[in-house]
Amino acid sequence: MKLDVMRPATIIDIGPLAGAHGAIEVLPGRLRLGALARMADAEAHPAIRRDFPVIAQSLRLAASQQLRNMATLGGNVLQRTRCPYFRDVGWEACNKRRPGSGCAALQGVNRRHAVLGVSDACIAAYPGDFAQALAALDASVELAGPGGSRRMPFEALHRPPGSTPHLETTLQPGELITGFDIATEPWMRRSLYLKVRDRASYDFALASAAVALDLSAGRVREARIALGGVAARPWRARRAEAALAGRLLDEAAAVEAARAAFEGAVTHGDNAFKAELGRRTLVEALLTAAQLEA
Amino acid sequence: MIGASGPAARIGEPALRIDGPAKVSGAARYPADEPFAHAAYAVLVTSAIARGRILSIDLAQARGLEGVLDILTHENVGGEAKPPPPPGGHGEATTTLESDRIWHDGQIIAVVVAESLEAAEEAARRVRVAYASEAPSAGFDSPGAQIQLVKEAEPSHEDVRVGDPEGAFQTAPVKVEARYSTPIQHHNPMELFATTCAWEDARLTVLEPTQYVHGLRAALAMQLGLDPAKIRVVSKFVGGAFGSKGAPSSRTAWIAIAARRLRRPVKLVARRDQGFTIATHRAETRHHVKLAASRDGRLLAVVHEGQEVTSRPTPYNVSGNKTTAMLYGSPNIATKVEIVRADRNTPGFMRAPPETPYMFALESAMDELALALAIDPVQLRKLNDAAIEPVKRRPYTSRNLVACLERAAETFGWARRDPAPGSMRDGDWLIGWGCAAAAYPANIGAATARLRLSADGAARIELAAIDIGTGSYTILAQVAADRLGLPIDKIQVDIGDSDLPAAGLAAGSNHAAAISNVVARACETARMRIAAAATAPGTPFSGTDPAKLALRDGTLVGPDGRREPLGEALSRVSGGVLEIFQENNPAGAPSDGVRKVEHGQMAMARGSDLEDRAAYGFGAQFVEVRVHRRTAEIRVPRAVGAFAAGAILNPLTARSQLMGGMIWGISAALFEATEIDRRTARYVNTNLADYLTPVNADVGAVEVILVPETDRLCNPLGVKGVGELGIVGMNAAVANAVAHATGRRIRDLPIRIEQLL
Repeated sequence: MKLDVMRPATIIDIGPLAGAHGAIEVLPGRLRLGALARMADAEAHPAIRRDFPVIAQSLRLAASQQLRNMATLGGNVLQRTRCPYFRDVGWEACNKRRPGSGCAALQGVNRRHAVLGVSDACIAAYPGDFAQALAALDASVELAGPGGSRRMPFEALHRPPGSTPHLETTLQPGELITGFDIATEPWMRRSLYLKVRDRASYDFALASAAVALDLSAGRVREARIALGGVAARPWRARRAEAALAGRLLDEAAAVEAARAAFEGAVTHGDNAFKAELGRRTLVEALLTAAQLEA
Repeated sequence: MIGASGPAARIGEPALRIDGPAKVSGAARYPADEPFAHAAYAVLVTSAIARGRILSIDLAQARGLEGVLDILTHENVGGEAKPPPPPGGHGEATTTLESDRIWHDGQIIAVVVAESLEAAEEAARRVRVAYASEAPSAGFDSPGAQIQLVKEAEPSHEDVRVGDPEGAFQTAPVKVEARYSTPIQHHNPMELFATTCAWEDARLTVLEPTQYVHGLRAALAMQLGLDPAKIRVVSKFVGGAFGSKGAPSSRTAWIAIAARRLRRPVKLVARRDQGFTIATHRAETRHHVKLAASRDGRLLAVVHEGQEVTSRPTPYNVSGNKTTAMLYGSPNIATKVEIVRADRNTPGFMRAPPETPYMFALESAMDELALALAIDPVQLRKLNDAAIEPVKRRPYTSRNLVACLERAAETFGWARRDPAPGSMRDGDWLIGWGCAAAAYPANIGAATARLRLSADGAARIELAAIDIGTGSYTILAQVAADRLGLPIDKIQVDIGDSDLPAAGLAAGSNHAAAISNVVARACETARMRIAAAATAPGTPFSGTDPAKLALRDGTLVGPDGRREPLGEALSRVSGGVLEIFQENNPAGAPSDGVRKVEHGQMAMARGSDLEDRAAYGFGAQFVEVRVHRRTAEIRVPRAVGAFAAGAILNPLTARSQLMGGMIWGISAALFEATEIDRRTARYVNTNLADYLTPVNADVGAVEVILVPETDRLCNPLGVKGVGELGIVGMNAAVANAVAHATGRRIRDLPIRIEQLL
């Protein structure tokens, strides 16, 4: 809004709903996160740190402490892209901002842009971290709107850009996110979020990986992988997960999974390195997670 | 006016900043903080294209907004001001509201003034501009960019040619030839580019953070056709400048005109993104370096050619191979510089403007040569230390590069370095140790000052010096306290106002030397007056040589230890206050230097350009980097710099300056780059989230060593200045450390993950 990208006629303060939708609830077999819970509170929650390191880390590595103290989880997952051509209204061509106007990033400065899930209409990267943890853990998102309440897989919240990059989510008009729900598995303690970026803190991911592993005697029973910084939306890497199933998690397996994760990656000049960096980031995340005590 | 409290502090002692309490308590008012009753607020409208003309500006929607007072465009005020002098002083300046011409992206094309900032912002959004756009040239390799030798654009420019560099290179047994580049970078001082103008009885007062109040006054007088005496520029505190507030910018005249049209004060605080295009920047550069050496490591040839991007009409250049040519003793040397004119805003000074990019190239090439020779990089530099300056064969006033290399190497632990690239590791992290030399000319400008010494032992120093956060207030108080023999809390310092005696430009690391020397001279003049009166017949020190009387501890002290209270001694020359107006035109400055600074011109003795000697400060910088073997993340856990920069007036402020320079060097090497869209010649990352600078976690331990140096030849106090020296070698030191860690030589800054995958 400060950049003039959005000029809403009306702004509604949903802060007063925090009482009803701001709780962090650790329940038997479930974790429920209210949409208006603060990032800093969720990150510091002892049960989240213990049972879902990937969530705590994805939050801790995002933004700054000051921002995390204020920002809510529901708002965080809806953070919009950092694409400079989107954020500066001086650029004519942006299909996300002005449908049908083109995409200035395709041949422009696009080092930070996405290589997975992109289209000819938009290569903007989804910038968030927490969403990767939610995607990896098969979270549900809870919604409320004029038609009542509903829930759906978190993965279904963000749309691929396709030919309509201005439509970013599947939220209906008047609909709000009220919370997130995760079915707890003990092996989620073996999870982590690895974020690779230019500077050590207060920076968006060039590549990141949210990883949770269910291992049995070193073999993968189930692997959950989501990738950040490299994709147009929160990105579950199912092909990589499949490549690991039943295997001993060694370097060769991790490299193979990473290769599978970036099959079909589309690069545009400045961001050509992101497929390789994304693969390396995933390999590092998988091998580090494999060493964790579950 | 700022006064100190706390213990006495003489020259060279670590006095705390006398302006510190005012700054941390919020009492210090920066120019934009100054409240004005009935002020109107200005917002700039800037161009959305980089080249072309304005066809029309539709103001109807903007004017219709409540609270809008005035909108300035080329159509209604174009003839009322001339452009400011261009950065560098050669060629023509890019224009703003003077015409319909668009020279670069983000050029000021209208100024909206309203009762409130909010109304002005909204009105600025509603200004509709129609352009006749032309295809712009973004910079290097762009169609339409014009390449020109600097010596053709700037007659006073000299390239270096010593011996037979081509022949020597051809026949030398060991050689390195490589090309390097550095990116566009912006200063981004924390304080934004702000201007407030107010007229009172045809006299204009300008509040603006600037590095040169008299320079800004002179430029404005020229631009507006006013008598300089009718303009007062006030800049009491500056929230970071780094060169960006050195040259007058185009905004000021339009704010003055807006205030005159409205007959009320007008205040502008330009937005962060506008700061990328309404002020200057460090241009991108390219370098072609050839080094040749004998097998035992003696340099036989140094060839350094540079290319720099500038705006269409202004041949601004930094030509830093003037410094790289003289750094090492070589019998054969050649330099050449070309500018590349493109549709861009004009670059300008930015911390060590010439040396930061050019020393990256030379000191990287020296590291490559050390590898080719299998000689330790420190040893190679020591082997080629120049006994005299090698281009014009002038003696150095002092040169302690070797001492800096040795001190920094010892503290860093360089002896434990395994020279083989990629050989040092800590788990998943590859460790690299790199070093580089630093050099910066010791400059000193002409300056004037007023000293008022009262019978009660209090003194007041008045001069139009600038404190850009460097510590000018504090060192001035120290010099006066030291030379007048008074406690520092008896010294009041008033600076930053063009109504005070002119003191030149706070840039080029000259200011500490300029202002401390003139104040020391003013104190000496006062002492001589008092001493002469105290040695006349019938006075306490009758018959004593006045030169042997000293001001100490609030008394006049004779050679035999006899003392007279200062008030009594002073009463012989003044009924109350002794006032001294002091001029100081340093050796090597233009003969009319004092007149020049009063007229806001440059009047500097440059350590690089002296007839009979060369005056430089030197340093050596050592850096450890860690590069993750898989993800290629780069971290800098520690850096050590040793510097020999003459007399250090205050080790606290000097250390902070040098440390800040080193940290910025890490930032320049690894993070900072202004990205440009090559099709449109528009900057893309004009904000501090996308223009990266390091966070605390990116900068580990930074150690600064002050190598003692006494140099009575550079200026009477022996001050060389430390503002720039700290950044100079850092680009290369970081790149050399990365090369050592990974075996990869990165010749294009900033060094990023993708270059190391």
